[in-house]
Amino acid sequence: MTSYLAAGSSVRSWLCTLDHKRIAVLYLFTVTFFFLIGATAAVLMRWELLTPAGNLVTSDTYNRLFTLHGVIMVWFFLIPVVPTVLGNFILPLAIGARDVAFPRLNLASWYIFVSGGLLALYAIVFGGVDTGWTFYTPYSSTYSNSHVMVMAAGIFVAGFASIATGINFIVTVHKLRAPGLTWFRLPLFVWSIYATSIIMVLATPVLAITLVLMMLERGFGVGIFDPHLGGDPLLFQHLFWFYSHPAVYIMILPGMGVVSELVTCFARKRIFGYKVMAVSILSIAGLGFLVWGHHMFVSSQSVYAGLVFSLLSFMVSVPSAIKVFNWIATLHRGSITFATPLLYALGFIALFTIGGLTGVCLATLAVDVHLHDTYFVVAHFHYIMVGGMVMAYLGGMHYWWPKISGRLYPERLARAAAVIIFLGFNLTFFPQFILGYLGMPRRFHTYPQEFHTLNVISTCGAAVLGVGYLLPLVYLTWSFFRGPRAGPNPWNATGLEWQTDSPAPEHNFRETPVVTGPPYDYPPL
Amino acid sequence: MAATTPFRSATQRESANQLGLWTLIATEVLFFGGLFTAYVVYRFTYPAAFAAGSHRLEFWYGTINTAVLLTSSLCMAVGDVMIKHDRRRALQLCLLATALLGLLFLGIKFSEYYHMYREQLVPGINYRAEGPPQMQLFILLYFIMTGLHALHMLIGLGALTWLGWLNHRGRFSSTGHQPVVMVGLYWHFIDCVWVFLYPLLYLIPHLT
Repeated sequence: MTSYLAAGSSVRSWLCTLDHKRIAVLYLFTVTFFFLIGATAAVLMRWELLTPAGNLVTSDTYNRLFTLHGVIMVWFFLIPVVPTVLGNFILPLAIGARDVAFPRLNLASWYIFVSGGLLALYAIVFGGVDTGWTFYTPYSSTYSNSHVMVMAAGIFVAGFASIATGINFIVTVHKLRAPGLTWFRLPLFVWSIYATSIIMVLATPVLAITLVLMMLERGFGVGIFDPHLGGDPLLFQHLFWFYSHPAVYIMILPGMGVVSELVTCFARKRIFGYKVMAVSILSIAGLGFLVWGHHMFVSSQSVYAGLVFSLLSFMVSVPSAIKVFNWIATLHRGSITFATPLLYALGFIALFTIGGLTGVCLATLAVDVHLHDTYFVVAHFHYIMVGGMVMAYLGGMHYWWPKISGRLYPERLARAAAVIIFLGFNLTFFPQFILGYLGMPRRFHTYPQEFHTLNVISTCGAAVLGVGYLLPLVYLTWSFFRGPRAGPNPWNATGLEWQTDSPAPEHNFRETPVVTGPPYDYPPL
Repeated sequence: MAATTPFRSATQRESANQLGLWTLIATEVLFFGGLFTAYVVYRFTYPAAFAAGSHRLEFWYGTINTAVLLTSSLCMAVGDVMIKHDRRRALQLCLLATALLGLLFLGIKFSEYYHMYREQLVPGINYRAEGPPQMQLFILLYFIMTGLHALHMLIGLGALTWLGWLNHRGRFSSTGHQPVVMVGLYWHFIDCVWVFLYPLLYLIPHLT
């Protein structure tokens, strides 16, 4: 059968494709491009913070840099990356389908995403935005002199791409599963993409309307969040976080799904507690909608609301911890190969656990008063989003790379890169926990002398991390052209995607597969 | 590119389309949900200003519009029954009636906007009303909520035109008319949103 890569090589055959695999590749290039932009901003910020005085950029530029970094990384990299790249490519294969339910909508979502991205880039090129990625009013609506409207419009547009992807995946999982593939036979990666899609569909519209209200206020000077006219700036924060907290779970749940696949495959064991794993994914998605108030503990929210939000936030740690324990239990007495994907998965488990536990610290009302808006928060969410999601993404990328490219990557170099990324990450962000605990506020480009040493360590770590991220970019590109052929199933993995050729054929399967057993059916050791 | 269908049967395709539309409606509910939240928060904070604002709206415009829109939904529902009995011409008449009533709704709505513009009641453009300052919040929410609703009506009218075209080409029958069901669902959803908007915006002073 013709592989999807060989099905046509003209520009048109890519830009007008309806094939979920090609659309995944389009997304791969797009999000990698945005990642590089966001990473450049991060490099400049860490460079500035190498010395206590502000001597590389002005404070205005620094504000624009962290806004650019936040906006690009959250909306144009972390939120789309696993669903649109790995999800698009693997989901239909993993459920034995020929494509997603609405291929045209899938392609449209990419065009919408690119349009939103171009608007955001326009805002950046013409001077940037200095509101932070959260666009808090009244600063964003009244006082900021930057390109808030264009940037917000870009995010608004990109939101529709998210919604389209979510609708597509929900319908695909409901309606296009292969015969015999019942709900509790689905791979956990599919469960996680499904749960993520539900969040995308239900949370994104709230962000959309919030941004519309903010833009109306900025454009027409009307008072929806303006205290002069009776509006309440805190309402903006409530609406914003009603999206943006669940968005954190859009950024982590697919990672959890990927890690479940990697752990079972390289321990050669069935996942421990499959049903509990599936249910905990759904309950994290559900609870994620009820915790947004923990971002407003010190913003004049009522203390009773704070208590409830604090308790609900603690509850998220229960299903999260179940997942961590079950991954470890899966590894226990497994026949483990420390292949690159598993190294990333282990990195994920370690970093996610640290990120999760510090999240519990932040969800504690009294502790949050001290830690709010310090580097402790920055370190916490980078442990989840970068230590968690980016590790899982890279692990999944290596795991499914043979299916995507038909080739193997250089194993030793890849293992080295995984270790470098893990070390570089910890070196960058662990000092920030201490800095935050000692009271260094986030979003400033100068700091007192006593924070110097830890900031130097953090910047050195960022350099190591940067090298770590560039390595896969280089050797995966090399492998795409020169790597050894992989064959249909190089890992001897279960899962329908491994039962077809590599790279995946244009129409996925010769015949629709029929599923007769549970997932991860590895032979007993 | 030649489209290869991901579906194994027409039934599977139809049930997927149906679920897709319901998921879209779920998104829409949350989209309006943000506005309803803002409304509820401010209504409880400034009940008197909201009542005063509601007094400035044109009660009869809103009431007549409610009747117009509910009737258009009825026509849509009747059209759905007609095509189930293979009555294509009757469906065409129903679609026409639905669309005309929808247009009438928008006409009344825009003349109401114009009326308010004449009375200098448009926030951000010419708002100069006497009364409590928070009244502007109410009027603003009125414009955003009904404006967004009107935008959805326009999309619905586009979809109705498309249905009329397909029906004119003889594409529907008692066994194959899913687009009619789907556009109908969407139209009824827009109708439902109005059913909530009408009392929240027009009936407040009549309740207190």
